[in-house]
Amino acid sequence: MQTFDLEAQGLRALNSTLHAQAENTNQTHWEIINPKGSHAIAVGLDAPIEVNVKGSTGYYCAGMNKQATVHVHGSAGPGTAENMMSGTVIVEGDASQYAGATGHGGTLIIKGNASSRCGISMKGIDIIVHGNIGHMSAFMAQSGNIVVCGDAGDALGDSCYEARFFVRGSVKSLGADCIEKEMRPEHIKMLEELLERGGCDAKASEFKRYGSARTLYNFDVDNAAAY
Amino acid sequence: MCGIVGLFLKDKSLEPKLGDMLTDMLVTMTDRGPDSAGIAIYGAETDGNAKLTVQSDAPETDFDKLDNELRKLVKGKVKMSVKDTHAVLEIQADQVAEARAALSDIRPSVRVMSHGETLEIYKEVGLPKNVAERFDVRQMSGTHGIGHTRMATESAVTTMGAHPFNTGSDQCLVHNGSLSNHNSLRRKLRRLGVHIETENDTEVGAAYLTWKMQTGSTLGEALESSLDDLDGFFTFLVGTKDGFGVVRDPIACKPAVMAETDQYVAFGSEYRALVNLPGIEDARVWEPEPATVYFWSHNAAPTAQEKAA
Repeated sequence: MQTFDLEAQGLRALNSTLHAQAENTNQTHWEIINPKGSHAIAVGLDAPIEVNVKGSTGYYCAGMNKQATVHVHGSAGPGTAENMMSGTVIVEGDASQYAGATGHGGTLIIKGNASSRCGISMKGIDIIVHGNIGHMSAFMAQSGNIVVCGDAGDALGDSCYEARFFVRGSVKSLGADCIEKEMRPEHIKMLEELLERGGCDAKASEFKRYGSARTLYNFDVDNAAAY
Repeated sequence: MCGIVGLFLKDKSLEPKLGDMLTDMLVTMTDRGPDSAGIAIYGAETDGNAKLTVQSDAPETDFDKLDNELRKLVKGKVKMSVKDTHAVLEIQADQVAEARAALSDIRPSVRVMSHGETLEIYKEVGLPKNVAERFDVRQMSGTHGIGHTRMATESAVTTMGAHPFNTGSDQCLVHNGSLSNHNSLRRKLRRLGVHIETENDTEVGAAYLTWKMQTGSTLGEALESSLDDLDGFFTFLVGTKDGFGVVRDPIACKPAVMAETDQYVAFGSEYRALVNLPGIEDARVWEPEPATVYFWSHNAAPTAQEKAA
């Protein structure tokens, strides 16, 4: 295992070292110590490596991730795993606003709570949250799944497209065009797989499913007065 | 952007280190706003006396014999200590209004940064590191304090545009965000007779809170009504003689992190500002909820959700 002291060696050295890891690298396990809330830790990775960050991170940790597993042993700042393409990002603590925003793929697991705008404009990522998520989560979410074992804040899934939201607890309010939908057997099966992937201690049958009512997809002349 | 920090001490043994800890926190936030910086420290109370912290761009001439001249005019005790462009005038509590009137007569270019029994505000254009050095902030002790480093968006980079803003006796405000209805609100407040000096949006926010409190609201009520009357983005940190309060607008896109231990309650725009505080590893760390007023006070047993009343 390679250990990297972020405070001593600096962010640029860390990220360029991690970027230099090729597809077939032998250095597959990395540990970052003294993160101290620094920004942009382990962004833009593109190799099947595992990076353990021993502490809390600042803005944009593990952004644009491909293939890699980034495990934050603390809480994460705004924009964690933003625009992730593939791989896995795990946050042991809480995640600040817009975690997993615009993510195209991969899995983001947040073991604490996620703040506002979680999964905003997500495009295929799976986001699994053990706790609660904040207001305006999944705004304009296009595809992918959000699993929330706790509660969701105001305006869940406002103006969403084909993303699915599974919430076990309460939803403070649904956003425009977001509705509760029937849980069919294929959704239970899909959710069971997501809960297992996220290491959640929850039963799929306890969840409700939400998604787009698809009434905003086409212009409706009756709404013309609203513009 | 802008960076905000705040530290409320529960453990008296940390009080001599307040200025030092707060300076470290603020310097860490420098890259959120390098235009100007300011710090408000709530220090020791002086029996029956009040403090006026004043600023001048020409301190050599303005502060020369200022204490003697004021003493003659108000016919009371005046003690002055000069720190760079600022001076703290210690005067009798019942002579504050008189002293301010006299001051604007004899030194019209001197600006009042703060007034109160324990509050001192120091702010200038420049980096937090330099501002803290100029005013020896590291040496200051106190019960609580707040700091701000500014990236100007709404108005000029000047001393008067720097935060914290004094909103009333022993009250001050720092702001991260931008208010979008400050012009109309400024006109409204000016019509009501509220003095607003600059074109700065935060000064309007500060004046609004002052006006609400002068017309019968508690600080908690004033902060609650700011959620309805102020349009735009804000994370406010408000200092009072006994503690500090936090409120974020309902959208809450301006960051805020809090940490609490048995020794202190700390606020930072980012977690980075808090990482060197003692015992931070075991602190309870969380983000304040949007549109929720939080308050901590030395007056009563502090609880996280306590509302100022």
